[in-house]
Amino acid sequence: MNTLFGEKKEGATKIVLTKVDEYPEAPISLGTTLSNFTGDWRTFIPVIDDSKCVKCYICWKFCPEPAIYIREDGYVAVDYDYCKGCGICANECPTNAITMEKEEK
Amino acid sequence: MEYKPIRKVVSGNYAAAYAVKHARVEVVAAYPITPQTSIIEKIAEFLANGEVENLQYVPVESEHSAMAATIGASATGARAFTATSAQGLALMHEMLHWAAGARLPIVMVDVNRAMAPPWSVWDDQTDSLAQRDTGWMQFYAENNQEVYDGVLMSFKVAEKVNVPAMVIESAFILSHTYDVVEMIPQELVDEFLPPREPLYTLTDFDNPKAIGALATPNDYYEFRYKLAKAHEEAKKVIKEVGKEFGERFGRDYSQMIELYRTDDADFVFMGMGSLMGTVKQAVDILREEGYKVGAAKVRWFRPFPSEELYELAKNVEGIAVLDRNYSFGMEGILFTEAKGVLYNTDAKPLMKNYIVGLGGRDFTVDDVRKIAENMKAIIEKGELDVEVDWYHLKR
Ligand code: SF4
Ligand code: SF4
Repeated sequence: MNTLFGEKKEGATKIVLTKVDEYPEAPISLGTTLSNFTGDWRTFIPVIDDSKCVKCYICWKFCPEPAIYIREDGYVAVDYDYCKGCGICANECPTNAITMEKEEK
Repeated sequence: MEYKPIRKVVSGNYAAAYAVKHARVEVVAAYPITPQTSIIEKIAEFLANGEVENLQYVPVESEHSAMAATIGASATGARAFTATSAQGLALMHEMLHWAAGARLPIVMVDVNRAMAPPWSVWDDQTDSLAQRDTGWMQFYAENNQEVYDGVLMSFKVAEKVNVPAMVIESAFILSHTYDVVEMIPQELVDEFLPPREPLYTLTDFDNPKAIGALATPNDYYEFRYKLAKAHEEAKKVIKEVGKEFGERFGRDYSQMIELYRTDDADFVFMGMGSLMGTVKQAVDILREEGYKVGAAKVRWFRPFPSEELYELAKNVEGIAVLDRNYSFGMEGILFTEAKGVLYNTDAKPLMKNYIVGLGGRDFTVDDVRKIAENMKAIIEKGELDVEVDWYHLKR
């Protein structure tokens, strides 16, 4: 698994606790950030227009979650398990290749 | 090894510092504030003289940082300590929640001091009681011996239930007054208080963990419940540890409320901290004068000893609650708690609140006698004159 380039992150499962006894005694993380599916929080969703993208990877650098990854062809894509819809990528993209659209659930 | 105490004449603050040394504390965050300063000064002296090993002494720039440093240290698995007073404790308030919420068994001494303004450095319990809901346990010491014993026991209890604990002593009345304290030889303290076994540590590099992460409404509630349960569990552990302390060292702390001559008492004085020493002395004198009175000293305010209070309240006609503190817009804080515990029970003694000793105002045996006369009169009449009595007021 390459967590920086080339592919979507794999192998992470979302941890869902359904009974109080399953909780740890102290509030600590039960997994890495990969198991924290911040994609649940999203209202807006980034949509990338490859024709405007100049592969500068500013969006990849600024994204606060492990949500943007770089595809084999060099363009960027979004891992929707983690994209929380904050819009930082759209705001930072120098060519306005990313737009935030209201997500239909 | 047979137990032979080492007797030293020390101030309450030095008693605390010796307990920190004997507990083999690994990290002390130090920030001076009157009247707490001599605790951290004494610990610095131990360090300078090579009397303590493996102690990291962290001078910080504020009380907020002191608590933050202590939290960081405790999260690595270290036994950590700090001390403060009044405005300093208030400045720590935000961090106190982080310590308890993260279930870090820190022990801190708070030297009870009045909150400003008007500026005051004298004894008053409002500073510690204002931290009631932070999730910390609270032990109120009556004398220097209880400061020393309290710190040692608090580490043991805190580390068993993973909840931080405050040991509270009176400004000047204990902090700067010298008294004989029986200290425990190091080897026996080591047996009583073995090294800490942390629930988790930040330095477990094979299993990295994050603490203080976000919990959504889906999870926060359960963590609060876990902390609530830990306080329930602490009641049991406090009694066990207090009993063990008594068996090992002769001073029994198995009661969360220390009862003094209450067996056949018509009414009792209830309160916390050093003022209860005065009350016990007054009880002896009043007994000779024919009053059937006793004293109930609340040692642990959090967790609150509700069951013990109920047992006491069933058997007395009146309780005079002495509060060296005040919650504005209401009444003395212990008074509210005590009435609250008894509301849904069949124990209904007459309860009256006496606000005493705020800002270090002297509280004497004679004051206890006047309160006894007043309590006797209202019990005979069967009703209260006033519920909350600003006892010392210059009228
Ligand atoms: S919206 Fe925020 S989280 Fe989603 S890809 Fe853009 S920067 Fe990352
Ligand atoms: S910031 Fe815009 S241009 Fe740069 S890689 Fe991302 S989408 Fe492409």
